[in-house]
Amino acid sequence: MKYLSVFLLFIGLSPVMGQAQFEKALQTQLILASDGDVIELEAGNFHISGSLSLEGKKKITIRGKGMDKTVLSFKDQKTGAEGIKITNCENIVLEDLTVQDSKGDLIKTMHVKDIIFRRIKAEWTGGPKAENGSYALYPVLCSNILIDSCIAIGASDAGIYVGQSQHIEVKNCIAFQNVAGIEIENSLYAEVHHNHAYGNTGGILVFDLPDLIQKKGGFVKVHDNLIEENNQSNFAPKGNIVGKVPKGTGMLILATSHVDIYDNKILNHQTVGVGIISYFMAEIAIKDKEYDPYPTAISVFNNTFERHLGRVPLEGRFAQIYRFKLRFGRDVPHVVYDGVLDPKRCGADGNYLPQHKICVHHNVNQSVANMDAEHDFKNVQRNPAALDCVQEYVKSNQF
Amino acid sequence: MRYLGFILLLGLFSYQPAPKFPSKLSDYGLFQGELKNQVPSTGVTPYALISPLFSDYAHKLRFIQLPTGQSVAYNPDSVFQFPVGTRIAKTFYYPMDERKPQGGRRIMETRILSHEPTGWVALPYIWNEEQTEAYLEVSGGTSLVEFKNEQGKKQQVNYVVPNMNQCKGCHERDGIMTPIGPSARQMNASMQYAHGEENQLDYWSRSNQMSGVPSTRPKFVSYIDESAAIHERVKAYLDINCAHCHNPKGPAKSSGLFLDYRYYGTTAYGMMKSPVAAGRGSGGLLYDIVAGKPNESILHYRMNSHDPGVMMPELGRTLIHQEGVALIREWIKSIH
Repeated sequence: MKYLSVFLLFIGLSPVMGQAQFEKALQTQLILASDGDVIELEAGNFHISGSLSLEGKKKITIRGKGMDKTVLSFKDQKTGAEGIKITNCENIVLEDLTVQDSKGDLIKTMHVKDIIFRRIKAEWTGGPKAENGSYALYPVLCSNILIDSCIAIGASDAGIYVGQSQHIEVKNCIAFQNVAGIEIENSLYAEVHHNHAYGNTGGILVFDLPDLIQKKGGFVKVHDNLIEENNQSNFAPKGNIVGKVPKGTGMLILATSHVDIYDNKILNHQTVGVGIISYFMAEIAIKDKEYDPYPTAISVFNNTFERHLGRVPLEGRFAQIYRFKLRFGRDVPHVVYDGVLDPKRCGADGNYLPQHKICVHHNVNQSVANMDAEHDFKNVQRNPAALDCVQEYVKSNQF
Repeated sequence: MRYLGFILLLGLFSYQPAPKFPSKLSDYGLFQGELKNQVPSTGVTPYALISPLFSDYAHKLRFIQLPTGQSVAYNPDSVFQFPVGTRIAKTFYYPMDERKPQGGRRIMETRILSHEPTGWVALPYIWNEEQTEAYLEVSGGTSLVEFKNEQGKKQQVNYVVPNMNQCKGCHERDGIMTPIGPSARQMNASMQYAHGEENQLDYWSRSNQMSGVPSTRPKFVSYIDESAAIHERVKAYLDINCAHCHNPKGPAKSSGLFLDYRYYGTTAYGMMKSPVAAGRGSGGLLYDIVAGKPNESILHYRMNSHDPGVMMPELGRTLIHQEGVALIREWIKSIH
């Protein structure tokens, strides 16, 4: 393995090299890197004016001197939509650095096999604003993703967003002041655990959306997370699906199947602890014939819920449904299911066959409601028997 | 310590890419006479596209050099599959005054696409101020250029030369580098050659550079041709400006928005399609294209922006293509 740090070692210190030369030298290294290289970045604050890109390489490590020690700021970015873009690579490690304030996404990786984000802080420094970029850490169409001990702040969509990918682990991360703290979208085999999501609009989201290349997500385990106080007003630009997430959402499962949510602390959400909804709740016409809009085979168990008594905040479409249709008053249930069933998955009794059921059991302070959205919320049920079941859990060998 | 760093830095800047790629444009021998006159050498054929990509109003000269004695097979649907050894050169320049095309020009860069045994490689060569030579610059660059537009108004462009990786950001299908422009649809038009004017496909066929050229060939309209049907102009415009990424095998496939002309009119083409990961690129709008309503269409919004976090295409321009935006605007208004 060849170490390139020798080239870059003095850049941060040397008076002969300005910011522009640093950027050019770093981008040149990223282009010329040989497979197996380690690119080390010195401590310091570096202002970068265009997207940095790594393309078509294998076994590359980009390593800073630590979070908040090596800082790449894209505040004055002139070109490119991302801060760092990594495409068509294998075996990539990004670690120990901070990236800030890009115009679009902070770090986007696409078509990368085996990617590790470790101790990366990705943030917009001006607080939650619609002008912030969409995603802080954004692997899409990747496989074998590990996001470990990272911090994501201020994304106007999702802080940590994994899209259309497979075999994913997100652990020990902190996400706050994003619209969505952590989001797993159209992705298979994801384990999200031991993270802290707080102060977002929604803490952790698991979504399946139509009209995408990777059609189906699922087999997702979300456990041992601390998800609390996600009561930030939604600041996503309209048009984005997360713009529909009501403030005060702990977790939201949208149209995904085979999801286990267990051993989490889900605390103090003004609207909902765990919402389980079909795509029909998004109120967008579905034209994708292959798309499955129903959440099925979901287990919510062994979690701890807490919530202060009080009405849901009156903000956004869901809040109106809560206030005027569901009429929960101040005692709002922790787990809410929209109750829209796929007729093809129902048995003779009109309920889901066992392998498709939504099951909520053995949670501390459990309270559940079926919204009966299918019938315009006419028959809202508290603690319905149909959801009191035990579902076969997502097996670890599916990962 | 500081001194040592300086020496190492010099080392860094003298570090060259694999030596097989010439450091100077003139080393390729693609041109005869003064380099800046861009007169092709024997065996180098100039070509033009009917509906070209917008690149900050830069003008372009295009050349192809096939390996000696070889030809390329015609196909009606996609970019021609040029043999290994082919080189494509594209030179970007601004006339000092758009109204006087012969009155001098500033050449910015020449991009070489070289078909190596391992695949296509894109190499940006940046021209010097003296306009005597262009040098390989893998990390690209920016320079300010001034010209007068067709109204005689002074324009300034902070012209951006993409780096080698960014080249692939557009020139990619299924992760493999590929040319974008030269297809039957784009080249089925006449060209002014040294020997006179001739249809490009006819000439390529007659000079044995292309095999299997039929007499009936598909053709794009020119999107600036106001006599053509507006939907045909739009198909051509979005295909060359967007579809290199926005196709099912391109870098923007994750968006599910496919602007290849074959998808015209479908949800995938943007019709009432919700954005996926547009972020603030949505501009607060709900759909990519809303028939009859350009101001409610994300496509129009993103074309009409020069904010790096919003604009589309996200590379290759810093200015808004006013004529392109006007075309899309008029088209969206016209559909229902």
